[in-house]
Amino acid sequence: MKQLQKFGFWVLTAVIVVYALFPFYYAILSSLRSGTALFQISYWPSSFDLSNYIAVFKEQPFGRNIINSVLVAVAVVAISLFLGVTAAYALGRVAFRGRGALLMTVLAVSMFPQVAVLSGMFELIRFLGIYNSLPGLVLSNLILTLPFTVWVLTTFMRELPKELEEAAFVDGATPWIVVRRVFLPLMWPALVTTGLLAFIAAWNEFLFALTFTLSNDMRTVPVAIALITGASTHELPWGNIMAASVIVTIPLVFLVLIFQRKIVSGLTAGAVKG
Amino acid sequence: MADVQLRGVRKSFGSISIIKGIDLDIADGEFCVFVGPSGCGKSTLLRMIAGLEQISAGDLRIGGKSVVNVEPADRGIAMVFQSYALYPHMTVRDNIGFGLRMTGHSAADIASRTARAAEMLQLGPLLDRKPAQLSGGQRQRVAIGRAIVRQPGVFLFDEPLSNLDAALRVQMRIEIAKLHSELKATMIYVTHDQVEAMTMADKIVVLSAGQVEQVGSPLELYHRPNNLFVAGFIGSPKMNFIGVDHVASNQVGLPGGRMMTIDGLDLPASAGRLTLGIRPEHLVLTSAEDADLSCSLRVAEYLGSETMFYATVTDGTELTIRADGLAKQRAGEALHLKLPGKACHVFDASGRALHNGDLTR
Repeated sequence: MKQLQKFGFWVLTAVIVVYALFPFYYAILSSLRSGTALFQISYWPSSFDLSNYIAVFKEQPFGRNIINSVLVAVAVVAISLFLGVTAAYALGRVAFRGRGALLMTVLAVSMFPQVAVLSGMFELIRFLGIYNSLPGLVLSNLILTLPFTVWVLTTFMRELPKELEEAAFVDGATPWIVVRRVFLPLMWPALVTTGLLAFIAAWNEFLFALTFTLSNDMRTVPVAIALITGASTHELPWGNIMAASVIVTIPLVFLVLIFQRKIVSGLTAGAVKG
Repeated sequence: MADVQLRGVRKSFGSISIIKGIDLDIADGEFCVFVGPSGCGKSTLLRMIAGLEQISAGDLRIGGKSVVNVEPADRGIAMVFQSYALYPHMTVRDNIGFGLRMTGHSAADIASRTARAAEMLQLGPLLDRKPAQLSGGQRQRVAIGRAIVRQPGVFLFDEPLSNLDAALRVQMRIEIAKLHSELKATMIYVTHDQVEAMTMADKIVVLSAGQVEQVGSPLELYHRPNNLFVAGFIGSPKMNFIGVDHVASNQVGLPGGRMMTIDGLDLPASAGRLTLGIRPEHLVLTSAEDADLSCSLRVAEYLGSETMFYATVTDGTELTIRADGLAKQRAGEALHLKLPGKACHVFDASGRALHNGDLTR
């Protein structure tokens, strides 16, 4: 019985791993093939051809697209975390009338489908004069990342012992210093988690990036990949697309691998009895 | 000079009144303990003095200056919390120095003051550790160190020892008392622990339901309680309360029918129903013929140094008797008690003390 349970567990694990990793595995395989080999179904590496990777950078400003994506994602993460932490302090620590309603509103924003806010966001971006520019993308991505950032950080901040804040007040700290010197160091796990999620959201964001950019050198990676065209309109250059996809996935994989080690809980141990 | 004056201090949340008008004077250098059952408002009152809770009405003066609208950091106070509230990401050294850095002291000054506090509290070898690596007693010492370095006029302690085990509690109690005599600062200490209150305080403030029941030195409260609440709250085990009928000026009728004389009592004939209070150690075991009161022994605790008897009188009154360690009575036996007339307190129906016993008489 015990053997069977163990066996079942490993089968289930294998299914999940295959389900999760096969698409990426196949993307890597395809990116290393060229010509007609692309259209033959084969599950094992048959060739090692880097020409697709070279072509991606030659045929369009893909390097520029990657830089755009990095700039947008980093800016989104930075602004989200800054606004998230400061808002979380107000929403989690300061008692004021309408706090619950405000929190629900923040949550409600994240429930709108992206398409619903698209036209309104377009008007806003036009009004601000940041159409077809990176600030425009940062602004529009914030609407996706801010609600959950604020919620997660508010919840986390509420969990921090109130005495810590009071002790700091008695010690002469201002609310800003409490946030920066006392709470922020304790919130690293939450900051890393939400920051990572915000980064992934901004990195993968497609609809806003497609709508609010016009020229090739303002595009971010997802849009650039979708718009990769071959020599003729009838040819879809799968090799290039797969190569580009692999290139932009790898940073995400590394980010998650690095930061998952930093997501340590129990950082508050020793603050209070326990 | 950092004396603390409260004048008609009130605190209410909406229509609910938590602190109902407190007048209190705490002299400079005094060790004042707030005691009371949980929910009596003692912690709230301390937090109001600290500035962590707004004062709804009344005036609070520290060192003669009204501080009602002054920030906690500018009141010249330091507070030690029950949960220690150490900054977990900072070393002991940084924890202690944090307040000084906030107020812009020079690095050299911070270092010397931290060193002095560490020496006072024997924290020297622990300065580079994080709070998580410390034991409960060490953490509480760090919290006290954080208070000391700021050289406040008034120290506020909010049940600082209740998270510690019994042995450490005794040790820390002695350390805090020693600290008080060294620093000569005003200290206000909240506790629900009788022994802490009795051993440390110059002055005990007994609170109940947001009001001051009585203020006085520990022995004053013990021997001359103003009312039933203080009589029942101070002293462990509790004072015994026996319902009696007033007969003549100093004569009362005990349950079971016997009369007794209470020395020094002189009441008009119409006093009616009274409550007689007597401490467990003042009840004397005697023979059946000589007894004022007889009761049946329910539980006996033989502690060696003393014996605690828990007994029930015929009218249902529960009594606690502290007898000597050699007492041999067993549960189920009848106990015969003598009530020394000069040890008895008398309270009227509203709980007010009409007469306090005085053993020196």
